[in-house]
Amino acid sequence: MIDLKNLTIGKARDHLTKGDFTAVELAQSYLDNIKNTEQDIKAYLEIFPDVVSQAEEADKKIAKKEAGLLTGIPLAIKDNILIKSKKCSAASKMLADYVAPYDSTAVKRLKDAGAVFLGRTNMDEFAMGSSTENSAFGPTKNPRDLSRVPGGSSGGSAATVASDEALAALGSDTGGSVRQPASFCGVVGLKPTYGTVSRHGLIAMGSSLDQIGPITKTVSDAEIIFNAIRGKDIMDSATVEPAGANLFNEKKFSAEGGSAFGGKIGIPSGFMEIDGIDAAVLKNFNESIEKFKSIGYETEIVNLPNVKYSLAVYYIIMPAEVSSNLARFDGVKYGLHISGKNGIDDYFMTRGGGFGMEARKRIMLGAYVLSSGYYDAYYNKANQVRNLIKNDYREAFRNVDFIITPTAPSPAWRIGEKTNNPLEMYLADIFTTPANIAGVPAISLPSGFKEAEDKNLPLGIQLMSDCGREDILFKAGKDFLGE
Amino acid sequence: MIEIKDIEKLAELSRINISSEETQTFRKDIESILSYVDQLKMVDAATDKAAPREEGGIKNVFREDENYHDSGQFTEALLELAPEKENGYVKVKKIL
Repeated sequence: MIDLKNLTIGKARDHLTKGDFTAVELAQSYLDNIKNTEQDIKAYLEIFPDVVSQAEEADKKIAKKEAGLLTGIPLAIKDNILIKSKKCSAASKMLADYVAPYDSTAVKRLKDAGAVFLGRTNMDEFAMGSSTENSAFGPTKNPRDLSRVPGGSSGGSAATVASDEALAALGSDTGGSVRQPASFCGVVGLKPTYGTVSRHGLIAMGSSLDQIGPITKTVSDAEIIFNAIRGKDIMDSATVEPAGANLFNEKKFSAEGGSAFGGKIGIPSGFMEIDGIDAAVLKNFNESIEKFKSIGYETEIVNLPNVKYSLAVYYIIMPAEVSSNLARFDGVKYGLHISGKNGIDDYFMTRGGGFGMEARKRIMLGAYVLSSGYYDAYYNKANQVRNLIKNDYREAFRNVDFIITPTAPSPAWRIGEKTNNPLEMYLADIFTTPANIAGVPAISLPSGFKEAEDKNLPLGIQLMSDCGREDILFKAGKDFLGE
Repeated sequence: MIEIKDIEKLAELSRINISSEETQTFRKDIESILSYVDQLKMVDAATDKAAPREEGGIKNVFREDENYHDSGQFTEALLELAPEKENGYVKVKKIL
């Protein structure tokens, strides 16, 4: 019996290399575990039928000593990241039977590294939501408390990792969709710098915001996955060469050098003025800052005067990009087709029947903010404020290495609790959207629990750093978690 | 204020069927989001105050103007996905 609970990618690789167990045995352990817990959690939309044969291939490579970084490592993939010849539905009726004709770049790179894909995970439809309740195929439950949401939109991915239904997972993060569910489920989630991981083969939501990122049990595992999927890609013109390397020497701090790192953490001023932060979250936030101080980090108050507008900017730019990206679903080229009276009616029927409430709402909101009479007041204004927000971070990172916030203003809420109040649901992203607006990387680290009735609800803290500085996020994250 | 007819217009522009019951929900939700984002009107964000537009090294990338792959290489795989097709074409209803 393999001890999945304490397994990491690094440990699994050692065991596979030493022959303590085979990739097939490892994959089978996960499949067995899935069989036990999945009927309660519902993290997967599909367990792939070829898991064992993928693992057999991995074992052949290990036997020939041709193993890559991730050979035989069982991963779960969010259902908006294409794997060739597998269904990829974005948890939408619109794409319920869509079979990916090619690999996304992130998946291609994981395949090249030898990973085994267990299945595709549930999510909010087209990644629109913070709770995974917007899936067209039913909600996923939080493994720490089955009456609560796992967060979203990558809730299925976070739930697989938290329940040992996968060793690690990929999610996508447009406004917090990797970090917030990681926080709700008590695991690690990274949103890389915009343009670091190729979006080719990621079903697009907000193209100036979207990034694929890892959800893992440890920071070291997040680093391994990140290094496997990052890098320039001819198929995504927004990708840049690894940025960390050239910025590295300009900075006086580095990720090397043990506890003598002495990184400086910025605490945003005016933080306490934000309404609706759970008292347990605030307490945990302050304790986390003290913990960083106790392991040699300095802190400083930083002023980010425009960051408070991030969520408002996000709810203009994101729907604008959604309305444009989702225009492609017309029932003609692929996906659902519902026949109407004539060609135009086909569009109305297909899009009306295929998209859920949230997708339709965001498409219409996007059409509104982009329409000629309102374009300047909304879309242009949002882009101007976005530049101010970017400037705030650029200035702040001249003085500090990190900015710290809670990942979310509350722990996981009960299923159904916020479905009738969309704005309240959107406010769950108040701390995570700024990193997408500014393009900077951010990591969510498990930082403790809130006791609620007889359950311990996970809490998370978020560290942001300058563009291309995932290296110091990993360093600080490992220091914080004692890895 | 967003009115029912605004929602109907947006739905038409977006080529989306919505029921009359949904129209009410959309009106309420979209209005509440728009009133939330209205806070941006207070921000003095005139372009001369913001830094010159800089997208962190992101710029347009054009590929060479040459044949990227053999003609027809992906036709079958992509047509396979189309809901209706005929003789190697995607089929739609008569327009004229």
